Amino acid sequence: MESLGSTRRSFAPWTDPDAKPYIRFENVTKRFGDAVAVDDLSLTIYEREFFSLLGASGCGKTTLLRMLGGFEQPTEGRILLDGRDLRGVPPYRRPVNMMFQSYALFPHMTVEANIAFGLKQEGMPKPHIAERVAQMLKLVKMERFARRKPHQLSGGQRQRVALARSLAKRPKVLLLDEPLGALDKKLREETQFELMDLQQDLGLTFIVVTHDQEEAMAMSDRIAVMDTGRIMQVATPAEIYEAPASRFVADFVGSINFFEGVLAGSAGTMTRIRDQSGVEFQISDDANAVTGDTVWLAIRPEKISVTRERPAEADNALDGEVWDIAYLGDVTVYNVKLDDGRIVKASTMNSQRRVEDALTWHDRAWISFSADAGVVLTG
Amino acid sequence: MRAFFSSTTSRLVIAVPYLWLLVFFLAPFFIVFKISLSQPAIAMPPYVPVFDFAEGVAGLLRHLAAFSLDNYLWLLGDPLYANAYLSSLVIAAVSTLLALVVGYPIAYGMARAPEGLRPIFLMMVILPFWTSFLIRVYAWIGILKPEGLLNQFLFFLGVIDKPLVILNTTTAIYIGIVYSYLPFMVLPLYASLEKMDYALIEAAQDLGCRPLAAFWKVTVPLSFPGILAGSMLVFIPAVGEFVVPDLLGGSRTLMIGKTLWNEFFSNRDWPVSSAVAIVLLFILVVPMVFFQRAQARARERDN
Amino acid sequence: MAGTWGRFNVVSLVLGFAFLYLPILLLVIYSFNESRLVTVWSGFSTRWYVEMLNNRGLMDAAWVTARVAFISASVATVLGTMAAVALTRYTRFRGRLLFTGMVFAPLVMPEVITGLSLLLLFVAVSFDRGFATVTIAHITFSMCFVAVVVQSRLISFDRSLEEAAMDLGATPLKAFFQVTLPVILPAVLAGWMLAFTLSLDDLVIASFTSGPGATTLPMKIYSQVRLGVTPEINAICTVLIGLVTVGVIVVSLVSKRRHLLRQ
Repeated sequence: MESLGSTRRSFAPWTDPDAKPYIRFENVTKRFGDAVAVDDLSLTIYEREFFSLLGASGCGKTTLLRMLGGFEQPTEGRILLDGRDLRGVPPYRRPVNMMFQSYALFPHMTVEANIAFGLKQEGMPKPHIAERVAQMLKLVKMERFARRKPHQLSGGQRQRVALARSLAKRPKVLLLDEPLGALDKKLREETQFELMDLQQDLGLTFIVVTHDQEEAMAMSDRIAVMDTGRIMQVATPAEIYEAPASRFVADFVGSINFFEGVLAGSAGTMTRIRDQSGVEFQISDDANAVTGDTVWLAIRPEKISVTRERPAEADNALDGEVWDIAYLGDVTVYNVKLDDGRIVKASTMNSQRRVEDALTWHDRAWISFSADAGVVLTG
Repeated sequence: MRAFFSSTTSRLVIAVPYLWLLVFFLAPFFIVFKISLSQPAIAMPPYVPVFDFAEGVAGLLRHLAAFSLDNYLWLLGDPLYANAYLSSLVIAAVSTLLALVVGYPIAYGMARAPEGLRPIFLMMVILPFWTSFLIRVYAWIGILKPEGLLNQFLFFLGVIDKPLVILNTTTAIYIGIVYSYLPFMVLPLYASLEKMDYALIEAAQDLGCRPLAAFWKVTVPLSFPGILAGSMLVFIPAVGEFVVPDLLGGSRTLMIGKTLWNEFFSNRDWPVSSAVAIVLLFILVVPMVFFQRAQARARERDN
Repeated sequence: MAGTWGRFNVVSLVLGFAFLYLPILLLVIYSFNESRLVTVWSGFSTRWYVEMLNNRGLMDAAWVTARVAFISASVATVLGTMAAVALTRYTRFRGRLLFTGMVFAPLVMPEVITGLSLLLLFVAVSFDRGFATVTIAHITFSMCFVAVVVQSRLISFDRSLEEAAMDLGATPLKAFFQVTLPVILPAVLAGWMLAFTLSLDDLVIASFTSGPGATTLPMKIYSQVRLGVTPEINAICTVLIGLVTVGVIVVSLVSKRRHLLRQ
């Protein structure tokens, strides 16, 4: 596990200007009648990357995946795989395989026959098929279920068979449409790690469609956050979380507080923002804006402290009333109501079992955060 | 399952339709069987009763001796009957196959149609079924007869110079059966095709199948319950069909439904027509049980 | 999925529906033909409709058929719905297998057998053949069609609705009549319609079980058809087709409206 973590950290072809793109979407647009599912989208994915398309339903992520699989044709633009234009190449000739959201296991065939299906199509000799099927069953730990039919399997087992079937042909790229969507939470977390290990061991390129931000964060090298057919940001999970490019991304991934205000001035790396109630914030983030522009200060709840007294050395502090407290086990979330009525969300790690003099409902409290806690967004 | 209604209501809900069917569906078969063992007579009813319940057990035993298999021997002895059974089975089988060939593309086209159009197509398939069977068969007489519309049309096109003889041939029977039973074929096919997850076809293509191969390897096997149900729904009643061979098949074609009708209405030989019915029932009981098993299994799967 | 509804599918649907509808359409068109020669067009006329209305025998038969169809469909709907409830709600009772068999067998049973066996039953118990016997015969086979239609709706019925009704204090019988029945009503109505048209259409079973004075319309049509195609028959067929088509469309529109209203 450690080695895996370290190879992951050093894997960043997107920062290398000489790295060869593996999959390229070039100005791809897809329309269904009047509806635009994918809107003039360009995207580069590198070999061996674990790439996630993250977005709400209807954002175009599945359409993008299906175009790569060959099930939909782009209305405009082109898709390149390893330098080859995929236009007009039918699904059965593409070196990519797809794991379907519904798993699409053939109900009239056994687990074995399902896994062997793709190999038979390419005319692989029988002994080789048997060997490969055995190998795949072992890979997903389903050896004991080879002769079962899909309806005799649990959801988790079906997911494994679908995975084995889509991997059996050793595709260059595996497309996964909500691969964990049908599993319950515990199983989903386990399977996340298995998928990551599998991708690492086999050295494949994975493209995952998901609406679950935690899932995308946990597994991916990079995430593309999508909305209404467009990519809002492509970056590593940490960048997406810590340095979202827009309010949409910041809001979609994790929870966040926004303070709307105007840029009051900047000096060096320090930016001053004056919010609606005249409070001025000191933020060490160089905003791409000029004095007088409307900007948004975005701060994650865990970067805000809640205290009874104003902390002596806080860069920014506001006072208000404790409005709601949610105890979640690992953290406690406070909703603090400022005097102008705005609610600020702050979360505190529960690192000790007992907290003396804990804040409670309707206490007066200070929220504070350092200058490097937030980001300044312009849109 | 927990009893839903109170026990009296429950009993009533089951008992009323049960008794009705016992009296008016099942019991008559025993009477048919009984009469098939009796001798014809010129009387009303035109047979000699084998036994009378009023005479009690002694009478029953006495009359048991009067049971005769003459009618069945008669059926065996006259090749007319064997031929009629055989040709009915053949005609029904060929018609079923033709209905499948005609019905499958329709059902497939419906199942792949945009979702909004499907109920309309479904309605269009069912609608002819609501209009009278007799009328639909009758409509074909005007089309198929020598001076009928089909020949007029073909003359008009210049394809033929003398009229095709279709009416009063086996071809006309095939057309009639396929036409009138087509909804029975299309509906179960449509049901099984529509239920199928289209992602399965995509998965097959994703794994390297060309569309036609995907059709044979995935679509056809998965629609098999529909194929089976549709075929049985056409085959079983077609074997005993009367209206189609009578109106379209002419006097020379031999089908057992017509034979039974003639024995009964023209020859007034009730015992022989009863025997004909009993034998037909025995021939059909196998596909019927088969059909019902398949239906029960399909229902279980759906639940 | 869109895009897969290719040319092949469109062509097969067009051909399929042409095959289903062309014969009926031709029959309707030629019912307005002036000439007595059914297949030679000689101008538009409604004279055959007038003749049809003046044909006493035909009108009597139509009246008999309408009454038989109405009574048999109504009784068959009650019995068939009961049978459907019995089949879906009671998974185990004595003789269930036989019951299932008796409900499903008439769907495929050749009509000559059903007709003959019912006739022999009526003769055996010396029941005079006529209006009543035809009606009983029609109830018997059409109740099975009703049962199948209603059963398929009952299977997908959400039973928690009934449980909710009982939780709120309704007795099982009340829950059925106030909650279940309204929900499955479209299926019950469809069953009634089906039973009605089956009865309207039936020739074979009616021929066996009917007696003097109870000649149904199909029997009348059949006896005339045997003598050859006549425009008068085309006219009565057109009227029947029209009635059924209008009926089916009205029922489907009503149920669609109900559906929309509920949404």
